[in-house]
Amino acid sequence: MNLRPDPTFHASPKLAMQAPVENYAFTVMLSPDGSQSDGIAVVDLNPKSETYGEIVHKVIVPNKGDEFHHFGWNACSSSLSPLTGHAFLERRYLIVPGIRSSRVYVIDVKEPLEAKIHKIIEPEEIFEKTGYSRPHTIHCGPEGIYVSTLGGGGKDGTDGPPGIFIMDCETFEVIGQYEMDRGKQDKHYDFWWNLPQDYMVSSEWGLPPQFENGVVPEDLLSNKYGHSIHFWDLRRRKNIQTIDFGENYQMALEIRPAHDPTKSYGFCGVVVDTTNLQGAIFTWWRGDDGTWQAKKTITIDPRPEKPENLPPLLQGFEAVPPLVTDIDLSLDDKYLYVACWGLGEMHQYDVSDPMNPKLAGKVELGGIARGTAHPNGKPFVYGPQMVEVSRDGKRVYWTNSLYSTWDDQFYPNDEGGQMVMARVGENGGIELDKDFYVDFPKGYRGHQIRLEGGDCSTDSFCYPSV
Amino acid sequence: MLSDPNTMAALWWAVILSGLYHGLNPGMGWPLAVSAALMERKTDALPKALGLLAIGHLLAMLVILLPFSMMLFLTEWETDIRIGAGILVIGMGTYLLINRRHPKFLARVHPAKLGLWSFLAANAHGAGLMLVPLFLGICALDADTGHKAAEALMSGNILTAFFVALAHTSAMTLAGGVIALTIYLWLGLKFLSKTWFNLDLVWAVSLVFVGAFGIHTALNGH
Repeated sequence: MNLRPDPTFHASPKLAMQAPVENYAFTVMLSPDGSQSDGIAVVDLNPKSETYGEIVHKVIVPNKGDEFHHFGWNACSSSLSPLTGHAFLERRYLIVPGIRSSRVYVIDVKEPLEAKIHKIIEPEEIFEKTGYSRPHTIHCGPEGIYVSTLGGGGKDGTDGPPGIFIMDCETFEVIGQYEMDRGKQDKHYDFWWNLPQDYMVSSEWGLPPQFENGVVPEDLLSNKYGHSIHFWDLRRRKNIQTIDFGENYQMALEIRPAHDPTKSYGFCGVVVDTTNLQGAIFTWWRGDDGTWQAKKTITIDPRPEKPENLPPLLQGFEAVPPLVTDIDLSLDDKYLYVACWGLGEMHQYDVSDPMNPKLAGKVELGGIARGTAHPNGKPFVYGPQMVEVSRDGKRVYWTNSLYSTWDDQFYPNDEGGQMVMARVGENGGIELDKDFYVDFPKGYRGHQIRLEGGDCSTDSFCYPSV
Repeated sequence: MLSDPNTMAALWWAVILSGLYHGLNPGMGWPLAVSAALMERKTDALPKALGLLAIGHLLAMLVILLPFSMMLFLTEWETDIRIGAGILVIGMGTYLLINRRHPKFLARVHPAKLGLWSFLAANAHGAGLMLVPLFLGICALDADTGHKAAEALMSGNILTAFFVALAHTSAMTLAGGVIALTIYLWLGLKFLSKTWFNLDLVWAVSLVFVGAFGIHTALNGH
């Protein structure tokens, strides 16, 4: 507990943009075959430092096979709401779930160079107290730390639907299930909210048997992955509306609401349209009558390719699907970044008009049957995947791996982990920084990135930008 | 020892000062008034939100003070009631000193229900209890000077409870309103986190102090 609010808590997105820039990134180190323990790499982002762009510290966990994926903070700018009484928490701990083991690590990063494990929550405790498994997205909010899960109970996680559970934001004790009325929701992936407007939105990937051993082509072609998003009354814990994008919009993943809490819209990325292999972004918004609406506002076409250049999974299609696997919205709600992991491209859309996005910039890097090298001449394995934008919106960081078994299906002969950074032009446009290229230690791949002091996919704001 | 009129004035000032103190504490809600004005993009929303917070706070004071005003009907037990109340307030302060966790149920309240939130937050933090020793002191002085009949005394006490709650809540709303308006109109949101101090410890100690004060005055004839 502090005597003053943590200086990294900001009342509005605008204040967060004006705050001092990030000095460190925390990035997942994934051992895809579980032969080594997973970890969190601390990357030096201070251009004046002698170790700029290097991994300066690693927190390697004691277990193997956790499969680190997404993670988040114990506390963020949401603590500045007097309603919840959390104003004096410290942004100090990273909550890091193992998506395969269902184990959760709490890592103390108060001193980034001496970051260490603070607490380990064993899978049995999560199973017992929540009935869920395979924890994924972390957000800190009114009732503590919210954790979405991809699996229900039982060995393969299909015994009951997955959902969200709540952890105490001071003791990290697992409290229990969030949902009181889940309505039609039977799959899960990401979630985020608007705190003053008191709504939450959640999305769907698939159930554990549909992803743990790789993508199941039959399930994909018969449209059995998730294709709906759910709107919730956040405080009442009730699903108030489900929007089905259409069954061909397979895997509705990242939910990115506008950061300014006066706005009632946001975006959701869809991995693949099974009718034409396009990637898609939907804009969702609250209509004048108070009900939620959604419309496809961005499509990204596949690229035709000779079968002999393609992995076996894609040979029959003679094309490279874009595979929109992550999106991120800048804090001023102006630019939406879209990772096309299959094509090997990072797109930047101007979404000032959320119903009419315009492509503003693009970088080619890696990609199926293309493998574009980094401007420094070194390779970028797989394609642009987890993307994180600096609070001031000037730097965009990303890593390369999607999910262990899926990497091996779409890029069968490749192995490695990289983190790169692109700079954003004054009037849009993105360009890779030649001097920023983090090559991960042998046997490790990269996944989600968290920036010191918060970033564009962690903090929830309770006051509008003015 | 102060003379009765001076003691009376001091007690009323204490009621007002405690109101100012509650009002300045962001935990009692003024940032929500700033947020309301910014969210709705109109200044009107600020006094409206303050009004809702004030109603909730006023009711929270009354639910604590009114039962005590009724109890004072038992005039022969007056000293015992005041000592008991003092012990209760010290107990609440001690509880808040030991249990530094914030009550979870407050996070379940819808952000637009400011009156309800204010009522629950004030009760959860013992804001009403803080007034009890002051209120009982005022009632005791009233009884000393008035020599009224029991019935008149009771209705007088009920009236006093309303006045104490009103004076306290007005002071609270004034203090919260001034700081909310200053931040909304001039200083900007940056000062919202800058003016926020952790008063949890001070608050708990205040309760213990006020409770002890209540017992002291009860035993010393005021």
